[in-house]
Amino acid sequence: MINIEKLHFSYLTGDFHLYISKLNVEKGEKVAVIGPSGSGKTTLLNLIAGIIPVKNGNIRVGETRIESLNDAQRRDFRIQNIGFVFQDFELLDYLNVIDNILHPFRITRTLTLDKDVRGRAAALAEKMGIGDKLKRQTNDLSHGEKQRNAICRALLSHPKLILADEATGNLDPENKDRILDLLFQAVDEHEATLLAVTHDHELLKKFDRIIDFRNFQSKEAV
Amino acid sequence: MIDSIYIAWQYIRFNKIKTATLIACITLISFLPLSLQLLLGESERQLMSRAVSTPLVIGDKGSSLDLVMNSLYFSDEVPELIGMEASERIIESGLALPIPVYARFHARGNPIVGTTLDYFDFRRLKVAEGRNLAVLGDCLLGARVAENLGLKPGDSLLSSPETLFDLAGVYPLKMKVVGVLQKSHTSDDLAVFVDIKTTWVIQGLGHGHQDVTNLSDPTLILKRSESNVVATAKLYQHTEITKKNIDSFHFHGNTSVYPITAVIAVPYDDKSGTILRGRYLSRNETLQIIKPEEVIDGLLQNIFRIKNVLDAVISVVALATVLAIILVFALSLRLRQREIQTIFKLGCSRLTIARLVSAEIFIIVLTSGLLCGVMILVVNQISNGLVRMLFIR
Repeated sequence: MINIEKLHFSYLTGDFHLYISKLNVEKGEKVAVIGPSGSGKTTLLNLIAGIIPVKNGNIRVGETRIESLNDAQRRDFRIQNIGFVFQDFELLDYLNVIDNILHPFRITRTLTLDKDVRGRAAALAEKMGIGDKLKRQTNDLSHGEKQRNAICRALLSHPKLILADEATGNLDPENKDRILDLLFQAVDEHEATLLAVTHDHELLKKFDRIIDFRNFQSKEAV
Repeated sequence: MIDSIYIAWQYIRFNKIKTATLIACITLISFLPLSLQLLLGESERQLMSRAVSTPLVIGDKGSSLDLVMNSLYFSDEVPELIGMEASERIIESGLALPIPVYARFHARGNPIVGTTLDYFDFRRLKVAEGRNLAVLGDCLLGARVAENLGLKPGDSLLSSPETLFDLAGVYPLKMKVVGVLQKSHTSDDLAVFVDIKTTWVIQGLGHGHQDVTNLSDPTLILKRSESNVVATAKLYQHTEITKKNIDSFHFHGNTSVYPITAVIAVPYDDKSGTILRGRYLSRNETLQIIKPEEVIDGLLQNIFRIKNVLDAVISVVALATVLAIILVFALSLRLRQREIQTIFKLGCSRLTIARLVSAEIFIIVLTSGLLCGVMILVVNQISNGLVRMLFIR
């Protein structure tokens, strides 16, 4: 699903440098990415998603070569193929639960918001246990409910790849397990691939594979 | 589908106080100059149309503005009084038709205008309901007075005493409403018209009382001689003029020196008007003759000079407000960087983000525009009365 080769990346300022000689993630795999802060985990997710353009090296997601896409194509690719789950949920507080789930469909021409999508959104929320809170503002939700809301938003467009950036970082232990189980379940149901950055070593056993970013510091192939 | 308006609307709804403040700022800053323009336009129309249609006004040598404002718009500022002989002097000149005006008293907040029947012909005022003035004590209401007070022919209206604390003063006169004038959209709509003699009765210069020649009660008589009877204050004075008591009403002294506020002179032709004006130019002359159009033109020049200053002030305030609004939006965008970053990560283009912000601005500006429009409509509806309140009375 993801093939990375000879990826070099550094920001215009600062000493940060990321080099990955080779990294593969198979379709349907649930992979955890761990490593110290500042090691480039989030940068990798942003490069894979096409948020940051790739200047040196190759990233292929499915059949698409990310480095060959221009800005608009990367955006279209992202909205069609990638679901993002963030640590701070990144829900819009002025929208209610259902509007947050439907939000990606409202901000792009690539996705079409129709009756079917609305029905799917409600069903997804029901499955995630927030079906009775569709009209509630996100400020009225608990942290666990907020993350379920964010997962629904990430899954609604049936993405092939889900990128989770410390998705359980703000949750209590009980919720962490539950949310991760729900995320895994949703990934399986949608036949998607999960690449999740985490600092939580207790959760690592649930993943199929772990990528440790400390290995990239010495420019070693994975 | 990009649903910018929907998302913008949700954002605006959620941030009610910020939105309301922005809308209030934009509404006020656009409403102020527009309403000022509207009111000044209306005041110019009201003042000028009446001034142009009134050829000459004669009154005491004092403030020509007070004289015009009182005799044309019945303002509360009463000029120095002149005698009725000023009107007779014009008749004798044969150069113009004199219309005496005595606008000094009030009835329930509306000016009582004492005049002659010529006034109604001159102003082309038609009686919409009832009849014209016929006898002492009759009053004819302007359309708005009748509307505001809910009066119709057959009702009565009390004159207001000039001072509440003068216990020895003249009693209010209960006037009989005999008609209501057609709406003219001028100051006449807000006036109560009576015959000039009725105003003298209101002032106490004319009165009606019990017949003192046949009085038997000794407490009513102070002194009696063959030619004269002096009554005490106990003598009953009529406060209403009726068919039964109208004959008892009389005026003491020479009515030709009785007071009026002004005489409207309608020259028979241009030449007569010029000659008439010339007759009041003498240094020893105690009266002045003015052309209301010139006086009002001078007043408008002053008003528009003030308006220009106001316009400059409003422009500076508007500029400051616009800059403050830009700052609010800029700060808001900074505060929303994380949200913008999130929707960008979700796949939103920068153009769409700009469209979302534009939609918010559009809704706020549109709402302000609508609100401003409604307020302008309201001001337009009440501009007639508002102009009178602000600029005339």
